[in-house]
Amino acid sequence: MVTESDYGEFETAWCPGCGNFSIRQAVVRALVELGLPPHKVVFSSGIGQAAKAPHYIRVNTFNGLHGRSLPAATGIKLANPELTVFAESGDGCSYGEGGNHFLAAIRRNIDITAIVHDNQVYGLTKGQASPTTPKGQITKTQPHGAPSNAFNPVAVAVAMGAGFVARGFAGAIDHLAGLIVAGVRHPGFSLIDVLQPCVSFNKVNTFAWYKQRCYELGDDHDPTDPRAAMERANEWGERIPIGVLWRSDRPAFAAGAVAPLAGRETAMGRLREIVDGYA
Amino acid sequence: MGASAINIVIGGEAGQGLVTVGEFLSRALVRAGYAIVVTQDYQSRIRGGHNTFAIRADSGPVTAPTEAIDLLVALSAETLDIHKASLTARGLAVADAAVGLGGLPGLAVPYKELSPRPLYENMAALGVLGALLCLDPAWITGLVREKFASKGEAVVAANTAVFQAALAWAAAQQASFACLPPPPRRGKRLMLHGNEAIALGGLAAGVDFCSFYPMTPGTSVIQACIDHADRLGTVCEQAEDEIAALIMALGASYAGARPLVSTSGGGFALMVEGVSLAGMLETPVTIVVAQRPGPATGLPTRTEQADLDLVLHAGHGEFPRAVFAPGTVEQCFHLAHKAVDTAERFQSPVFLLTDQFLADSYRDVAPFDLDALPPVPRPLTDVADPGGYERYAVTDSGVSPRLVPGLCPATVVCDSDEHTPDGHITEDLAVRRTMQDKRMRKAAGLAAAALPPDVHGDPDGATLLACWGSTLGAALEAAECLRQRGEKAAVLHFGQVWPLVPDAFLPVLARAARTVMVEGNGVGQLARLLRRETGAVFDGLVTRYDGLPFTAAYILERL
Ligand SMILES: Cc1ncc(C[n+]2csc(CCOP(=O)(O)OP(=O)(O)O)c2C)c(N)n1
Ligand code: SF4
Repeated sequence: MVTESDYGEFETAWCPGCGNFSIRQAVVRALVELGLPPHKVVFSSGIGQAAKAPHYIRVNTFNGLHGRSLPAATGIKLANPELTVFAESGDGCSYGEGGNHFLAAIRRNIDITAIVHDNQVYGLTKGQASPTTPKGQITKTQPHGAPSNAFNPVAVAVAMGAGFVARGFAGAIDHLAGLIVAGVRHPGFSLIDVLQPCVSFNKVNTFAWYKQRCYELGDDHDPTDPRAAMERANEWGERIPIGVLWRSDRPAFAAGAVAPLAGRETAMGRLREIVDGYA
Repeated sequence: MGASAINIVIGGEAGQGLVTVGEFLSRALVRAGYAIVVTQDYQSRIRGGHNTFAIRADSGPVTAPTEAIDLLVALSAETLDIHKASLTARGLAVADAAVGLGGLPGLAVPYKELSPRPLYENMAALGVLGALLCLDPAWITGLVREKFASKGEAVVAANTAVFQAALAWAAAQQASFACLPPPPRRGKRLMLHGNEAIALGGLAAGVDFCSFYPMTPGTSVIQACIDHADRLGTVCEQAEDEIAALIMALGASYAGARPLVSTSGGGFALMVEGVSLAGMLETPVTIVVAQRPGPATGLPTRTEQADLDLVLHAGHGEFPRAVFAPGTVEQCFHLAHKAVDTAERFQSPVFLLTDQFLADSYRDVAPFDLDALPPVPRPLTDVADPGGYERYAVTDSGVSPRLVPGLCPATVVCDSDEHTPDGHITEDLAVRRTMQDKRMRKAAGLAAAALPPDVHGDPDGATLLACWGSTLGAALEAAECLRQRGEKAAVLHFGQVWPLVPDAFLPVLARAARTVMVEGNGVGQLARLLRRETGAVFDGLVTRYDGLPFTAAYILERL
């Protein structure tokens, strides 16, 4: 039996009131529900406030470079398919610096669950616009308002026919935990974009702002219907849907190892034949 | 190189099959017992242009390419024009009768008559070459059978028939003065190019994971791994870019794989952040950098040795590394094995610097003795005290016990930020010092394990040609030429360029009458490194950066 205490308790470097705390709670709740012991789980993260999350949960942790949580997670999964692999990071890390890897992970459909703390701002570097900052939103480095259109990660993922696309909200912890569980159970790439208030740098998209707008998708939404999924993925404003937006039965990437590479001995006999073949 | 050596240059447009002819002939020569050095010169295009496949063959040893051409096989009229000035006094040209010989001595081959379909003209060229070289036809017909067996008996027969017809035609022309003297009997030889040897050396060291993004001339290392992946179970993935390729390799390495990554300078430039990450995470990774001329995209298909500085300094911050630079195809195999072993042993990024010339250069080599290779250590899959496991435990050697996650109840935490011994992010500046000291202590171990440079010949009072990587062959031949002229000459070759072992080469430099560094770059990157690290100053510097490999003649002209 796995319990929440297996995942430890840690002092964090997050601001009091930050949405990251509830996301951490949801992640732990999901791991317990999945019955995963800490050593069977790997979290790969990038750089940023969100990317520190795996340090605050007792799990295998690969806290790498800015934007690179997905390629590292991919290598981990390819080398040991028995591990449950997460990539966890912020919106700047996942969609800005890591944009190409995000697209590649969707194309590969590798069995990884990506949890993106989407606070629509760069937290750790103190409040610059991120790829998901709405156009026109004023920040310290964009005093005339963010000049570019916001990136819509869930719409892009749906458009690319990703394996599993969900949007969660840090203020709905149990709901979010449910999304993470479903994402892990989905074979293939799962994106869980989590709306996360940043109390220090995003004065627009606050807890209250989201609370007022977020609504849970009900049974009337069919996540296997691409048109419905795209409509919900683009719904943003007075009402913001949270839940599983899209799910497909695309087969998961299968070109990795079938068992942990760590346990394998080199087939020297075969290699000898191969070397001889160069005569 | 004896007078028995012959240099055969096959030239033509890309897409005309000159590589097929070249590879067939090379393999036949190796099977017949000759030594070869192949130089492939090609343009960055898929069809057209002008490419050459040069085979220098001898019944004795041969180490380097040469400019002088004894047998010029022209698949296009342009080949005759470009190379006719390099034809030796005994030289012969072989060209399509429809094009003519342009006044050169040789054979105008009626390809159209000898070959029912243009597809088989390769075989006709091989027939003519076989006759001119007095090569036992069985060596080529045997290869034809092997190569086309899977396509059916009819294809084998059609190819063989064209080969035999061309052989008979050429024999009747009585132009066989390119005959090779019979080789001495020797044991079985393999034929492979540098990148294939690197792949095999890596695989022999247990490489089971390759991530890459294509870039000439690095790709063929991974291509060779992919060719054997189904039989060996190697996991190979084409990443979305070089950044991902290296980071993926680090993720895999963390999870217990043994990764090999291969690229060229431009791709390596993108990987640099991952090199730093490997240094910080203390995660083994072997990176092949197949050099080609830069800056930027440079000359995509030509050769150079100008990325030593880049590889030596790649990555921000300070961390230990090792850099190997094989000089021969044998060394490609053995140093690839050693590189992987070093990466695993010291949990550091390790580099293998090769270049287009060596990467594409087929050679004959003695079969590798796989049983004689030292075993490469494996990471831990279990620990006695899972609760107390520390990924970065502080040790005297700087090397910490490396556990693979997921296989025992311990968790493995690693972080690109400065971290505590248990892998967690920290801003405790005393811990920073401790961890940085721990990492840097590995440098002493790497230095103790480093290969000293090889000394060829007697350096006493001699002209000493120093070099690294693929320049070895030309330097050896140049030294041999000097000795034949009655001068004292020796060669100092660095198969590992970092860390250096000063005690192993400073006395050698001191004994020489004159020291000359020979490098495939413009500024003398290794010469500068040696000066910076040891104060040693070379009397002379021979550089080459026109995209072509060194030859003995090129070096001798500049001494
Ligand atoms: C290569 C590189 N570029 C830039 C940085 C600086 N940097 C650190 S965190 C960060 C942005 C983090 O934003 P986000 O991913 O949204 O995470 P948050 O801090 O908001 O949780 C940046 C730009 C870095 N560490 N590495
Ligand atoms: S800066 Fe924002 S995102 Fe980061 S910890 Fe503080 S509140 Fe949270």
